[in-house]
Amino acid sequence: MTTSVPVTELGPADLSPPKSFLEVRDLRVQFATDDGIVKSVDGVSFGLERGKTLGIVGESGSGKSVTSLAILGLHRTRSNAKVSGEIWLDGEELIKADNERVRRLRGRKMSMIFQDPLSAMHPYFTIGQQIVEAYRIHHGGSKKAAKQKAIDMLARVGIPQPSRRVDDYPHQFSGGMRQRAMIAMSLINNPELLIADEPTTALDVTVQAQILDLIRDLQEEFGSAVIMITHDLGVVAELADDILVMYGGKAIERGPAEAVFRTPEHPYTWGLLGSMPRLDREVRDRLNPIKGTPPSLINLPSGCSFHPRCPYAGRNGDRSFTERPELTGTTHAVACHMPPELRREIFIQEVSPNL
Amino acid sequence: MFAYVVRRLFNVVITLLVVTMVTFGVFFLVPKLTGSDPALLYVGKTADAAALDGIRTKLGLDDPIYVQYGKFLQGLVVGRDYDAGPDTTHCAAPCFGYSFKTDQEVWPYLIDRLPVTLSLALGAAILWVIGGVGAGVISALRKGRAADRIVMTTALAGVSLPIYFTGLVSAAIFCYWLGWLPPPGYVDFAVNPLEWATNLLLPWITLAFLFAATYARLTRANMLETLSEDYIRTARAKGLRERDVVGKHGLRSGLTPLITVFGLDLGSLLGGAILTETTFNLRGLGEATLTSIRQNDLPIILGVTLFAAFFIVIANLVVDLLYAAVDPRVRLS
Repeated sequence: MTTSVPVTELGPADLSPPKSFLEVRDLRVQFATDDGIVKSVDGVSFGLERGKTLGIVGESGSGKSVTSLAILGLHRTRSNAKVSGEIWLDGEELIKADNERVRRLRGRKMSMIFQDPLSAMHPYFTIGQQIVEAYRIHHGGSKKAAKQKAIDMLARVGIPQPSRRVDDYPHQFSGGMRQRAMIAMSLINNPELLIADEPTTALDVTVQAQILDLIRDLQEEFGSAVIMITHDLGVVAELADDILVMYGGKAIERGPAEAVFRTPEHPYTWGLLGSMPRLDREVRDRLNPIKGTPPSLINLPSGCSFHPRCPYAGRNGDRSFTERPELTGTTHAVACHMPPELRREIFIQEVSPNL
Repeated sequence: MFAYVVRRLFNVVITLLVVTMVTFGVFFLVPKLTGSDPALLYVGKTADAAALDGIRTKLGLDDPIYVQYGKFLQGLVVGRDYDAGPDTTHCAAPCFGYSFKTDQEVWPYLIDRLPVTLSLALGAAILWVIGGVGAGVISALRKGRAADRIVMTTALAGVSLPIYFTGLVSAAIFCYWLGWLPPPGYVDFAVNPLEWATNLLLPWITLAFLFAATYARLTRANMLETLSEDYIRTARAKGLRERDVVGKHGLRSGLTPLITVFGLDLGSLLGGAILTETTFNLRGLGEATLTSIRQNDLPIILGVTLFAAFFIVIANLVVDLLYAAVDPRVRLS
């Protein structure tokens, strides 16, 4: 079940060979802006095996999307991003690899499904042209053969009359069909790593479940490793084997999905769960949102960056205000100053009854 | 599509008809109201009463305005006869009448000048599209670096300096001081293509500089916007080479908005580039416009106005058709 690598022992100096198919070690992504350095991702580590799904959860600006773009190496062109750390994909380190090498992996060995398929597909090219292009970049061959592959793939993702719709433009597709086409484009080269960045956020609720089912079916069929990025805990609950919760560019809780859902230990994760509307609750029960707003990534709060919003910040003397908590634990790791016993007690006594 | 084009062509005719009405009204009615006499303009100030009367009859200047307009339209479509007893003159369609000053037929006079304006406008257009768009793309790709600043500073100079300044200064340098180019003038392409090009080179560059500056700025802005689009990120995520990302996905949508601007610019230039033609002593439609206005030569003014209107209306139609061909989201209906 667990695919996680104990992160505390891993650092930039760690020379041990990667154990997982995808292994991210101490990933940092910083952007220089006029207002200062934005630390979008600040020392994130995780591992992922083939055929497994990792859910990365967090608010907007927590660094989840930037992490995925860094894995694909999309910060390399026309960007002022500084990326450090290590990204091991199938035994190959990507951050130090040259641009051309990463470009050849992109779209073939690792590919991405974007959030809004209308803006993520080129309005002037047909669906077919875009899928054919994705295939021929890496395989060459005739356009005709590639188009047949595109039609087969469109059929595979559930688009009716694919041989006719292949010549349609993105604006002629409905939202759900567009996302299916986007998925077909991502999968055309049988990628071993698939990153889905909020794949259902822009879709109707009725279509969301279909798309998630589709991603799961295709994952089983192709045996890919999947990273599911979302702010929707319902989505990861559905799909993920492991969950990584991010806050302010850092991983603050990570573990098997079951553990993070049933016995979450970080107050921020409690907040996320408390913000989720539940149909099996009385309407009069209010949601318990997390107070305040996500922190500025230029000026992170001192100590634990969650402390201004954390109802338990005062329980450790000044530690929450001065000292940054490390992610500790092996299978289920949490970055919090409260001792594990206390966290579990608070969850059972105070948090759980209100969820 | 076909129905759309037919409908648009019908609109073109209607628009041009309205343009003739307005111009005809302004140029033939206003002298009446202000007390100046078109017949006097035609004959000259020293004419005697008999000559004036003769001209009035011949040109039909005493007829009501709608009759005059009707005859004018008739002349445009089927030609007309200027009937003054013994000396009846036939003016073949399209008849714009005769110049007040030279007694020349307007239509051949303008057609004669069309190649000059066409050569100037088309040559300059090729230069400014290549130069302006190229500079704009480079500027966008090198945003904030030296190349970007050089292009943008040059572009600022280009839009700020008037043609009669850049034109005269460059003519002084290249034609008279360095002697690299012949003095500006027009040699027919059919007579000598090489001289045609060398003679027009300076006017082309001068005119293109002005437009290229605008196009460089527009291209830069459009490209920067396009390159930050999600679908550009998708193209990179597919593993596309950066030069294809920019060259195929970026340019296609970055340059589309320029079609509109280009169509209108070229359309209005074909009606005559007054400043460039005057500066370089090119006898094209623009020069004809200026001369006819100076001399109050109403038939010619009417002619050049219609020419200009025709080119702009046609350019608009072409732009709309092109847009539909380039952007699949545009539906013609």
